Amino acid sequence: MNHIAPGRNAGVYSYDDIDRRFVAERVEQFRAQVERRLSGELTEEEFKPLRLMNGLYLQLHAYMLRVAVPYGVLTSHQLRKLAGIGRKYDKGYGHFTTRQNLQFNWIKLEDTPAILNELAEVDMHALQTSGNCVRNVTTDQFVGAARDEVVDGRVYAEILRQWTTLHPEFTYLPRKFKIAIMGSDADRAAIRVHDVGVFAKRNERGEVGFTFYVGGGLGRSPFVGKLIRDWVPEEDFVAYLEAILRVYNQYGRRDNIYKARIKILVHELGQEKFTQEVEEEFARLRGPKYRLAPEIVDEIRRRFGGPAFETLTDEPESLQAAKAANPDFARWVAVNVVAHKVPGYAAATISLKPAGGIPGDATSEQMELVADLADAHSFGELRVSHAQNLVLAHVRQDALFTLWTALEANGLGTPNAGLIGDIIACPGLDYCALANARSIPLAQAISARFADPARQQTIGELGIKISGCINACGHHHVGAIGILGVDKKGEEFYQITVGGDPTLTTAIGDILGPAVTADETVDAIEAIVEVYLSNRHDGERFLDTLKRVGHGPFKERVYAAH
Amino acid sequence: MALNDKSRNEAVLQAITANRLRDGEVIFLAPGSAVGSGVAWVERLEDAALFEDAATADAALAAAKAQAEGERFAVDVYAFDLRVADGQRLPVKTRERIRALGPTVRIDLGKQAAA
Repeated sequence: MNHIAPGRNAGVYSYDDIDRRFVAERVEQFRAQVERRLSGELTEEEFKPLRLMNGLYLQLHAYMLRVAVPYGVLTSHQLRKLAGIGRKYDKGYGHFTTRQNLQFNWIKLEDTPAILNELAEVDMHALQTSGNCVRNVTTDQFVGAARDEVVDGRVYAEILRQWTTLHPEFTYLPRKFKIAIMGSDADRAAIRVHDVGVFAKRNERGEVGFTFYVGGGLGRSPFVGKLIRDWVPEEDFVAYLEAILRVYNQYGRRDNIYKARIKILVHELGQEKFTQEVEEEFARLRGPKYRLAPEIVDEIRRRFGGPAFETLTDEPESLQAAKAANPDFARWVAVNVVAHKVPGYAAATISLKPAGGIPGDATSEQMELVADLADAHSFGELRVSHAQNLVLAHVRQDALFTLWTALEANGLGTPNAGLIGDIIACPGLDYCALANARSIPLAQAISARFADPARQQTIGELGIKISGCINACGHHHVGAIGILGVDKKGEEFYQITVGGDPTLTTAIGDILGPAVTADETVDAIEAIVEVYLSNRHDGERFLDTLKRVGHGPFKERVYAAH
Repeated sequence: MALNDKSRNEAVLQAITANRLRDGEVIFLAPGSAVGSGVAWVERLEDAALFEDAATADAALAAAKAQAEGERFAVDVYAFDLRVADGQRLPVKTRERIRALGPTVRIDLGKQAAA
């Protein structure tokens, strides 16, 4: 295998020989498993769990390969490899997911070992993207860059990756297990709707510790995660998580797939009893074997490297002049660019949500362009957000105009991060074998309806999230406006919820009324927005107005014609 | 037992579909396939075998499943309903229409692209 070493490794974990040998061994294992399946030595029943352990699903049109992007961070080399795989083995594009991964939709089983081998060349894989294991740990797309960051969550996400990948107790959990980590005062990773949500923070002495929320989740039975411990010292980080997983492994239900997630266990045991079980297990576990030594943390942190930031100042004159001369650029900066922890730098969101486009899809050419821009402007590093966009996290503010000009020229300069056009949507019935209804066409119709950037900015922060089935990959439960596709006697209908919130004030949306057709849904969104705009007070977001006036005016307008 | 849906004028027929093991391609059982006489598959719904009664469809499905696993040719074999109107074969469920054609949001891809 030819390794293409990452170049200027700025904030991407650097594999060592042990990591590479492990991934290479897994590729060879899967190659042999595929050969045994094709030769008939393995039945489909025997083979299916093996292919799922390597991220390979069977979808409507072909196999789908879900490639892991650990905590959403990757190098330009890795993105170029993904672009190349898309061109060589797929149909020239990929789909970035709400779990910060990438899916290829048209994969052949017989090609998969070669694809995994190519991924391994750039220290990538498809492990922990499927099956009843600890899945790819997700975090803030601005991790390591955000001005409000208190703790760098990448380090602890990587520790969990190493801790969980080969852990024998975590290989056959009752069900899949999703962990999200945040290290800022804000929540950009929806931690309270994960099986385990972790807030990394510091105490008054500057020591790192963690707040644990457990039992959150979306899907058929949505729950907001419960606080089970406010402070776990850094040295106990792994031990505490192990205790949670042990309790889950022991008591989690394996007899009913709909009751197998930890959220059901926490709900049925109750927060107090579950916490007591975890604390008792933690007391048994705590000791040298499970201690996360500072030297280990330091070594992992060192392997991330770090950009060589220059000493600059915020709002340089060239940026101010470019904004003054170009209103479209100024709008993009206002909407898609956030403050960086280092003065003179900024984090820029590259929207994969053009008006009328397919949320999260990127062509191989677009991936290569973004990789080039990452090299030119962000130390060769980039991120995938759970909102299905890309992020260049370390851009000099005086380079923002150059960056935007290149993005705009290639259809990637849409100024809608966090606005109504920045719709999260699962692949839905156009691709997914589990879906009941299509998601993407609805997202396209809504984003086309609200295409005007000025109108979007006037509406302000308003997240629309669409799922094509109750599994909720599109996070509809926590959309300010959520849309769930349902099948009614063979026809696609859509159930609208309002008031969902994935941030610190986590809330599950409430159903507004009976499901409506796709066309009616677009009109309903328009009606909801009109009611909001006509009722909002100065400075109110959609969720604020909804909370103040209640559902009544929205419901009345949406269903006025029914 | 006939598969006709009395609520609609067109007869409800059945076809049998699967994904090809080696590449995942959507395939349909070809006419003439049966236990003992060999099972063949085609890539396009318009070339697929159609079954008018449940007993024949069940027998063909059993033969297809046996061949799929025995010869390691196909996976996820099942029957689905469709109607024929004006010579066009139209699956009853949206899911099967999308499988037979390709994603509705990328009409340049899938079987519809080569139509």
